[in-house]
Amino acid sequence: MTDSTWSTPPRTHEAQFGDYVELLKPRVMRLVIFTALAGLLAAPGFVNPVIALASIICIAVGAGASGALNMWWDNDIDAVMSRTATRPIPSGRVGKDEALAIGLVLSGFSVVMLALFANVFAAGLLAFTIFFYAVIYSMWLKRATPQNIVIGGAAGAFPPMIGWAVVTGGVSVESVLMFAIIFLWTPPHFWALALFRTDDYQRAAVPMLPVIAGTRATRNQIFAYSLILAPVAIAPAFTIVGGPVYLVGALILNAMFVHGAWRIWRRNDADAAADRMLVEKKYFGLSIVYLFIHFGLFIAEAALRLAGLTTSGWPVLIGAGA
Amino acid sequence: MRPDSHELYDRRRSRNIGLGLVLGAFVVLVFSVTLVKLYEGQVIKGYDHIVDRDLLPKIEE
Repeated sequence: MTDSTWSTPPRTHEAQFGDYVELLKPRVMRLVIFTALAGLLAAPGFVNPVIALASIICIAVGAGASGALNMWWDNDIDAVMSRTATRPIPSGRVGKDEALAIGLVLSGFSVVMLALFANVFAAGLLAFTIFFYAVIYSMWLKRATPQNIVIGGAAGAFPPMIGWAVVTGGVSVESVLMFAIIFLWTPPHFWALALFRTDDYQRAAVPMLPVIAGTRATRNQIFAYSLILAPVAIAPAFTIVGGPVYLVGALILNAMFVHGAWRIWRRNDADAAADRMLVEKKYFGLSIVYLFIHFGLFIAEAALRLAGLTTSGWPVLIGAGA
Repeated sequence: MRPDSHELYDRRRSRNIGLGLVLGAFVVLVFSVTLVKLYEGQVIKGYDHIVDRDLLPKIEE
């Protein structure tokens, strides 16, 4: 948005329905839906399945709306990055103004409907999430600091808290831990991507950590964050949403995640060039699986509780019931 | 040429069908949530030009 030489590409053809769907970042929406569902199912209490479905749809649409606002704001840098050049705006399939209108309308709509379907607290959290992603991250942090995704990662971390709030109407230690898992997972996930997409970010003048501080510092940070993440990700095992299944799964996942980060840490650029960043790419793939399984474990524990298959005497050391 | 056979309609077909389905799904969703909320016994009041006795000051007899 700062490059005065940039102009939006001319519309090449009539936008199809799929182009508008793409504007809502369906792949990000999938993760949002899954983590929000995990928060909703893990929360103590009951919510009617119809209300649950309606709430999850609102959260997904809100996330999609913030994605559209992000694409509207970032259309100039999307055009110069190979990973994003085919997005609807830079490829000329959807107009900038259309994207802005869709983003704003769906944002307002999703928040109001969530307040009506579930409760005002959950809707407030959704509104803050959209604001955080579109304004704090996209408009401010992304182009200003290499810590962009460290702080901006909070936007992606809110959905399980919103799902939890749909049921409970508030926040608790358990939902904060769910938030913390995604928040601490985001930097190593994106920095692994940035390591093998450094050229892209350099061309777009986005100050990602490898561009500003170099690959050595990035490797150090990935390893450090994976070490901090591990105890936080294992901790929910000892809350009311955890149990033995979660504990075993979390131990295995975090051992793999730390091991992957350690492999990245001990390499240098020559090693990485020799195998075309294979280790970094594998770690990036692992990070996606890591998050899906982690929140899958929350759902598994919730299902076990529903079936009455809880382990008697399981130590609840944190939060309610401690 | 019939007015509805213009090539514009062909180009916009997927948009129109998609939007129609989305709006239809939204209507079904709102209706379902309304039924659930009524079934769960939530008080739903319509202030349609009728005096609500609950809002009137209490008069002791």
